[in-house]
Amino acid sequence: MTDIRDEVSDAYAPERETTEGTVYTVTGGDWDTLIDSEHDDRIVINMGPQHPSTHGVLRLVLELEGETVTQARSVIGYLHTGIEKNCEYRTWTQGVTFVTRMDYLAPLFNEAAYCLAVEKLLGVEAPRRAQVARVLLMELNRIGSHLVCLATGGMELGALTGMTAGFREREEVLHLLEYLTGLRMNHAFIRPGGLAQDLPEDWAEKVTDFIKVMRSRLPDYDKLLTAQPIWRQRLEGVGYLPLDGCLALGATGPILRSAGLPWDQRKVEPYLGYEEYDFEVPTATEADCYARYRLRVAEMHESLKIVEQAVKKMEPGPVMVEDRKIAWPAQLSIGSDGMGNSLEHVRKIMGQSMESLIHHFKLVTEGFAVPAGQVYVPVESPRGELGYHLVSDGGTRPVRVHVRDPSFVNLQTMPAMSEGGMVADVIAAVASIDPVMGGVDR
Amino acid sequence: MTEPTGTSKDGAEPTGGPQSSSEESGAAVEEHRARGGEQPEAGETERAEDPSGNGAAPEGGTRLVGPAGRERAGMFGVRGTGDTSGFGGLRLPAYAPAPAERPFGGWFDEFADDFADALDQRGIPRSAVQQVTVDRGEITFYVQRERVLDLARTLRDDAALRFELCSSVSGVDYGEDVPQRLHVTYHLLSMTYRRRIRLEVALDVDDPHVPSVVEVYPTADWHERETWDMFGVIFDGHPALTRILMPDDWDGHPQRKDYPLGGIPVEYKGAEIPPPDERRAYS
Repeated sequence: MTDIRDEVSDAYAPERETTEGTVYTVTGGDWDTLIDSEHDDRIVINMGPQHPSTHGVLRLVLELEGETVTQARSVIGYLHTGIEKNCEYRTWTQGVTFVTRMDYLAPLFNEAAYCLAVEKLLGVEAPRRAQVARVLLMELNRIGSHLVCLATGGMELGALTGMTAGFREREEVLHLLEYLTGLRMNHAFIRPGGLAQDLPEDWAEKVTDFIKVMRSRLPDYDKLLTAQPIWRQRLEGVGYLPLDGCLALGATGPILRSAGLPWDQRKVEPYLGYEEYDFEVPTATEADCYARYRLRVAEMHESLKIVEQAVKKMEPGPVMVEDRKIAWPAQLSIGSDGMGNSLEHVRKIMGQSMESLIHHFKLVTEGFAVPAGQVYVPVESPRGELGYHLVSDGGTRPVRVHVRDPSFVNLQTMPAMSEGGMVADVIAAVASIDPVMGGVDR
Repeated sequence: MTEPTGTSKDGAEPTGGPQSSSEESGAAVEEHRARGGEQPEAGETERAEDPSGNGAAPEGGTRLVGPAGRERAGMFGVRGTGDTSGFGGLRLPAYAPAPAERPFGGWFDEFADDFADALDQRGIPRSAVQQVTVDRGEITFYVQRERVLDLARTLRDDAALRFELCSSVSGVDYGEDVPQRLHVTYHLLSMTYRRRIRLEVALDVDDPHVPSVVEVYPTADWHERETWDMFGVIFDGHPALTRILMPDDWDGHPQRKDYPLGGIPVEYKGAEIPPPDERRAYS
């Protein structure tokens, strides 16, 4: 009889002696046939980065004793794309198209935070209509992002209906965002100084329809998941992280609020006129995965309230600053070959004057210069504090774009939430952190 | 109070010329910080007018922090060619953060007083803070690197300060020609008082050591690993300073300005599209 070990030892990683004893590298098979009786139950398993339950290309290294996790570590970097570095070689306006690809579930938050930071450096403020539109878009985006969290979290825990339902509703969000901005994701719609263009004519109607649809569908999640015994048993008391742990580890967003601190940038340091909107910051005190799930559901309802108010608040007006040294000079229109530069606008520039053409050319090719200095602008993304630290040396390109991504910071809480629990609870904990690896690795 | 761990190297025998000169000037102006910029003393003036920072004329206050930005000559990145446009003679000074004068405005003054008191209580010399800059409604404290850990602990624990959350730790590289080009910035948030401040440490690229603040702010763990990975800043006392985003066996620190960027070869007589940092630039 051939021992499986012989076959395994021929594989890429044979067993080997180390200072801590024999290390077996196994890729399958029956445990008892693999090793002799003399061993403790300590196993180090690798989970991910290609694993359907690790919430993206996240790699977990778990040390197990039986089914209990004694140590957990996460390994990241598999989705590192060097966006921060790339931004240093683009104009301030081009930066938007990069940052929107970081936390790809919350692109509009990245754009808004980046643009707020650039505007703070410039000392300008976007016009009222652009601000309200940004709030509107961000809150729609928050709903979409939380839906993906529920959907993928549900899938990872085996609640597949949660996934299908979540992605179905998220599709509504994406359809609406596509109608409003032109793209489902990676919009690059929010620009330094305002918006790329005004919202389409019947935007209010579409948004109102969307609110109606979501009002009817969001309660379904309560029926589907909130009171469901299996869902509760998988989440309640799991992934516990109390307030002091949250603060020490820098966790923000739903994780922090699930521990009882009603900390929300929209309330504590309002930006874009959030102080004018009437909404609640849901909090819980259980500090477990179930509390975080409930907070996300509650936040979607609050976001709908904000969207509704934004529709009412929107007044006609410009969506880009008046300053022609900053305002993007292009106009978009739908041509026979899709969206592109408005020919009428191009004709106007070309026909106006030589100086106008030069100005247009310079603004588009070299961009605007931003006075030297540095700013840090935080906003409340669906995952917590999304901060942009921008440094300018007075040029037309940033010296440094640093993103304090909430996923990156929150993922550090994974060991604290999972060690001492069961393997299956690691999945629940990671799902409740809701890390988006595009944001973690940037 | 525990001594900062792992800083013995920096604390005891500072290496690197420019760093030590800045330390001297920092020590020379005890009391400077509390009053937010007084008359320049010989040491600092020298430092401020160091050859590469000569464009940055001090604007009233004492400038302890070197230029944070590069000088610009000419337009369109034209170097050594017969530029007849007239723009080639253009000279723009390097940017250096201006020290703030009292009153700083807003809550900054009250906070600065509380901070100074807290430092006195804990026996930390006030010279630990080299310069205060208030810009665009944000306050930045340029601090001595040896004192980073002490300051972080003071800021977190003092009842009048209470910076419970360390939002972010990151690096900035101001460019090859800039003295003390590597900066480490700490963004701290006080949830009790709803205040945000920034600490900044300037480092020499030859001696990029700074004490780790992980024991005060555990969240700084990954931030510091990222800063090491991207900028090559060594955080002494960090529990496991390994690469985090790049592969373990990667060479170099990608976000340094002198990190080589790849060009794109073109199949035409061996031509190459130059890497972005070597292309003609407008800034």
